[in-house]
Amino acid sequence: MKFAQKYGTLLAALVIALLLLPFITDALLGRGWVRIVDFAMLYIMLALGLNIVVGYAGLLDLGYIAFFAVGAYCYALAGSPHLAMTFPMAFPDGVHLSFWIILPMAALIAGGFGVLLGAPTLRLRGDYLAIVTLGFGEIIRIFLNNLNAPINLTNGPQGISRIDPVSIADVPLSVTQNIFGIEFPSVHLYFYLFLAFTALVILISQRLERSRIGRAWMAIREDEIAASAMGINTRNLKLLAFAMGAMFGGASGALFAGFQGFVSPESFSLIESIMVLCMVVLGGMGNIAGVVIGGVMLAVLPEVLRHSVVPLQQVLFGKTLVDPESLRMLLFGAALIVMMLYRPAGLIPSRVRRRELGTDEAVDKV
Amino acid sequence: MEIFLQQIINGLVQGSVYALVALGYTMVYGILGLINFAHGEVVMIGAMLALSALTALLGVGVSALLALPLSIVLAMAGCMVLGYSIERIAYRPLRHAPRLAPLITAIGVSIVLQNLAMMIWGRSYHSFPQLIANDPHNFGGAIINDIQIIIFILALAIMAGLMVVVHRTKLGRAMRAVAENQHAAQLMGVDINRVISITFMLGSALAAIAGIMVSANYGLAHYYMGFLLGLKAFTAAVLGGIGNLRGAMLGGLLLGLIESLGAGYIGDMTGGFMGSNYQDVFAFFVLIAVLVFRPSGLFGERLAERA
Repeated sequence: MKFAQKYGTLLAALVIALLLLPFITDALLGRGWVRIVDFAMLYIMLALGLNIVVGYAGLLDLGYIAFFAVGAYCYALAGSPHLAMTFPMAFPDGVHLSFWIILPMAALIAGGFGVLLGAPTLRLRGDYLAIVTLGFGEIIRIFLNNLNAPINLTNGPQGISRIDPVSIADVPLSVTQNIFGIEFPSVHLYFYLFLAFTALVILISQRLERSRIGRAWMAIREDEIAASAMGINTRNLKLLAFAMGAMFGGASGALFAGFQGFVSPESFSLIESIMVLCMVVLGGMGNIAGVVIGGVMLAVLPEVLRHSVVPLQQVLFGKTLVDPESLRMLLFGAALIVMMLYRPAGLIPSRVRRRELGTDEAVDKV
Repeated sequence: MEIFLQQIINGLVQGSVYALVALGYTMVYGILGLINFAHGEVVMIGAMLALSALTALLGVGVSALLALPLSIVLAMAGCMVLGYSIERIAYRPLRHAPRLAPLITAIGVSIVLQNLAMMIWGRSYHSFPQLIANDPHNFGGAIINDIQIIIFILALAIMAGLMVVVHRTKLGRAMRAVAENQHAAQLMGVDINRVISITFMLGSALAAIAGIMVSANYGLAHYYMGFLLGLKAFTAAVLGGIGNLRGAMLGGLLLGLIESLGAGYIGDMTGGFMGSNYQDVFAFFVLIAVLVFRPSGLFGERLAERA
C-alpha cells in the first residue's frame, strides 16, 4: 500500500508519458523516429529475455538472437503465402493463422529449441554454454540460408516477404486506424502493442525475480555448489531459465516478423546477439530498470551515430573514413570490456548483483 | 576411392591448421581455466598483418623468397604483442573476478578486433599472393598441392617443437607447474604473470602461423575469417580434451577429417537433401556430441565439470 501511495503519481505520470510518446516523437522528430522507438521496444523485450538467462541465472548465452530468429520464422511461415509455393496442394493460399495462435506457438517452439540446446550443455561449466550458444546462433543462420532446397522452407537468403501484419480483433495494425476521431498510424499502433508486451515482460520478470524460482536462480549464479547443497535442483532450474529466456526471444521474434512484414537470415547475425548482450551488461545484469535503460540507449545509439558520425567526418576530413555501422560495433565491444573492468555490475546495478560482482566499497561494508 | 583419399588429404591439411589454433585455446585453458574467445580473431589479424607486410615488401622490390619469411616473422611478432596486450588489458585485472566477467570481456575483445580489422582492411576479401610454386602432385589418384604439403609438415614440426618446449625446458616446466597449481608454483619461485604472458604470446604466434596457412591454402583473407575458424578450433580442443596439448593436436586432425569426409559424403548420406554447404555444421554437432557423451574429451584426464 505504501508503495502505491508513494509512487502512484509517478507511475501514472510515466504511463501517460509513454502513451503520448509516439505522438510527441512524431511531432518533434518525424515518423521515422517512431519506427525507431518501436524497434527499441523490441530490443528491450529481447534484452529482458536475455536478462533472465544472463542476469538472473548467470548463464552466458551468446546466440540469443537465434531464438528471436526461430520465433520470427515461425510467424513468417504460419502467417504468409510462402508455404503455398512449396506445398501448393496442402496450402493453396499459404498459412494464415491468427496472431494469438502464432505468438504462443513461436514462444513454445523457441523454448523447445532452448531446452534442446541447454540440456546437453547446462550440466557443464558456463564457458561451454557460451561457446555452444555462439555456435548455435551461427548454425541457425546456416540452416535458414540453406533450407530453400530441395524443399523450400525458408526461401534461403532472399527471406520470406508478404508476412501478414498483426491483427488484433480483426483490426490490422498495418494501416492507419481512426479511433474516437484520432488518427493512429501503423507505427503508433505497433508501439502500443509492443508497449503492452514490454509491460507484460517486465511484470513477469519482476514476479519471477521475487519468486522461489528467481531466488534459486540467483543462488545458482552466486555459488552453484552452495546452491545445490541447499537442495536446489541446479540443472533443472538452469534449464528453466534458459527455456524461459528462449521463449521471450521467440515471442519478440514473432512480433518482429509481424511488424516488419519481411524476414531474412541477415537480421539474425552474431552482431545482434552481441548488441542484446551489451544492453544487459551496460544497464546492469539482473536489474530490470537497468536493462530497460540499456536497451533504450543502445537501440537509439546507432541512429544517433548515423546522424552525427557521417556529417562530422565530412566536416573534419571531407570524406567518410569510418562507417557508423562498424563504429557502433567497435563501441559495443569496447563497452563490454570497459564495463566489466570498471563497473561490472552495470550503470544501474541491482543491489544483490553489485555485492556479488563489484568491489564497491560502500556495499562491501554491509 | 580417389574421392575418399582426396577428402582424407584435405581433412588432414585443414585439420593441422585447426590443431595449431586449438593449441592456443588449450594452453590458455590449461593455465588459466579460461576460454580465450578472442583467439580466433588473433588468427585473422595474423593473416591480415602478413598480407599487408607482403604487399608492402613486394611493393618496394624485395624478392619473394625473402619477403615471405620476413612477413611471417612480422605477423608473428605483431600477434605476440596483441596476445600480450589482450591478456594484460582484458584478462589479468579480472583474474579473481567471477567467471562471467572475463568471458564477457573476451567477447568484447573479439568484437573490437573484428571491427578494427574491418576498418583497417575493409569488408572485401583480399587475395593472398601466390609466391611459391604450387604444383599439384598426383597421389594415388588424389591431388595434393605443394602448399598443402608444406602446411602439413610445418604444422607437425611446430607441434613437435612446442612439445619439446613444454616438456624439456625450464619455461615449459614453469608452465606446467602454473597449470597444476598457481599458488604452489608461486611459492616455488615461478613468476606467474610472466609465465601467463608467455603462454599467451606463444599461442598467438601459433595463431599467426595458422592464419597465414589458411589464407595461403585458400588464397584468401577476410576480416571475418577468424570467427568460424576459432569456433572450430575450440571444438577441436574440446574433442581432444581441453587443457591437453596432445589432445588438441589429435582433436584438430580428427575434426579436419570428420569435416571433410562429412562434407564429401553428406549428399549421399541424406539422399541429396543436404549438400556440402552444411560443412560448417559438422563441427558444431561434434562439439555437442562430445559434451554429451564425453565432456572430458578423448584424451582428457581432467574432468571438465566446474572447478
